[in-house]
Amino acid sequence: MSLARHWRLQNQRYRLLGVQCEDCGARLFPRRQVCPRCKSQNLQRYQFGGEGKVYSHTVVYDAPAGYEGFVPYIGALVELEEGPLIAAQLTDVDIDDVQIGMPVEMVTRRLRQYGEDGLIVYGYKFRPKLKEAP
Amino acid sequence: MTKVYVVGIGQTPVREHWDRSARDLAVSSVLEAIEQAGVEKADAIYVGNALSGEVAGQEHLAALVADFAGMAGTEAVRIEAAGASGAAAVRMGCLAVASGLQEVVIVTGVEKMSDLTGPAVEEALVTATDEEYEAIHGLSLVALNALLMRRYIYEHHVERSDFAHFSINAHKNASNNEYAMFRRPITVDAFVNARMIADPISLLDSAPVADGAASLVLCSEKVVGERANSAVEIVASAAATDAMALHDRGNPLFLQGVYESAQRAYAQAGIGPEDIDLFELHDAFTIMGALSLEGCGFASEGEGVRLGIDGEIALEGRIPISTMGGLKGRGHPVGATGVYQVVELVQQLRGEAGANQVDGRLGMAQSIGGSGATVVTHILKSP
Repeated sequence: MSLARHWRLQNQRYRLLGVQCEDCGARLFPRRQVCPRCKSQNLQRYQFGGEGKVYSHTVVYDAPAGYEGFVPYIGALVELEEGPLIAAQLTDVDIDDVQIGMPVEMVTRRLRQYGEDGLIVYGYKFRPKLKEAP
Repeated sequence: MTKVYVVGIGQTPVREHWDRSARDLAVSSVLEAIEQAGVEKADAIYVGNALSGEVAGQEHLAALVADFAGMAGTEAVRIEAAGASGAAAVRMGCLAVASGLQEVVIVTGVEKMSDLTGPAVEEALVTATDEEYEAIHGLSLVALNALLMRRYIYEHHVERSDFAHFSINAHKNASNNEYAMFRRPITVDAFVNARMIADPISLLDSAPVADGAASLVLCSEKVVGERANSAVEIVASAAATDAMALHDRGNPLFLQGVYESAQRAYAQAGIGPEDIDLFELHDAFTIMGALSLEGCGFASEGEGVRLGIDGEIALEGRIPISTMGGLKGRGHPVGATGVYQVVELVQQLRGEAGANQVDGRLGMAQSIGGSGATVVTHILKSP
């Protein structure tokens, strides 16, 4: 398994770094070279805040190879506060407590491991948003 | 541009063919199609296949098929577009013939899945999605469809059991198709109680991955000659793409690629959805059946599932779908499926569909790659 294949995505996986279209204002994750909305190539780095709400969710029982150890796990589409949807797992939550519309926030977790002694890939997952301290 | 006719069809039963490889299956269907067509050679062989490298370590499949079909020397190329590979190969055949550059072509769709089991199957299928932003999160192709289904249920206030009618219809029609994998009916109870794969998608929402090959011989107006009176014509061939990942689509519940692909096909044929007599759609999951009906204009948004409930998708309904079992009942040999759909339309339009015969003149077939990023549509007309 190529290390570089995952290393080069560090800004996306660990920081939710995307882009904003300087012409039409679209905020995009992941980053692109061409704005899908207005076709502009004038896109600048944009830092997402990592907060959003659940757009849809599923519980995976039959996992692809490499993910069997996590079963059952929760997959979701999260609608980020800044607009775009993002695909990720939900974590730190019971399967039965997940609902569409639930506020969530990004955390960094283990995504998968390639074999017992292999590369461990970390990246974003989302958990229920913690109540702000009084 | 010349017209394009189908003059030969061939198919293997869709099964777990433990004793047969991709090359065996493909060659069997090719030989059947060229025998029926009565041709001895073709200008090219277009092979639709999604996963032969992933499953069997065998890329460069088209040359292998040409070789073992006794046609070494003939131009051959493999076409890959995930679950739409077979349909994309049909379209390549249409482009070749319609352009006038080739007179007779063979289109084959083949997939050999049963050499993989369990998690390896999911791993292979998920290669049709955005690897860096969907698959890495453990979201299988089933899981992505489950996200759509959950949201559909939420937005349109329907029940999971409302989707049962798509699978019941598919299994019922498959019962009468000797080439189908699941030749037995299912009940609402069985559907409701089926084991979850990715909630809310269960085993009975999902088409089985399987092994199979189907082939067509396409030819030009010049070659078809007097046989034009008995040959099925391909009156539209269209393809479109959408954003690769679900999360990059404006409204994930409207399959824009399905819409664009169907609209282009309707425009070519000079017709609208009301003129289509039967529709072989991409029912890899029940939710895809509902969304396809909506995207193609047979139902408004949120109403696709109603066509199942109201029996309009049955053989005698307003818009019969999966008339020979569809992906759910016939089985879904991924890259072969698009060619099976066209083979089945030809059976229907020639009046060779037996107990499942639909009285119709225009049939549409549509294949979806991934979660909707590639969509290929064909419309065929009876002789």
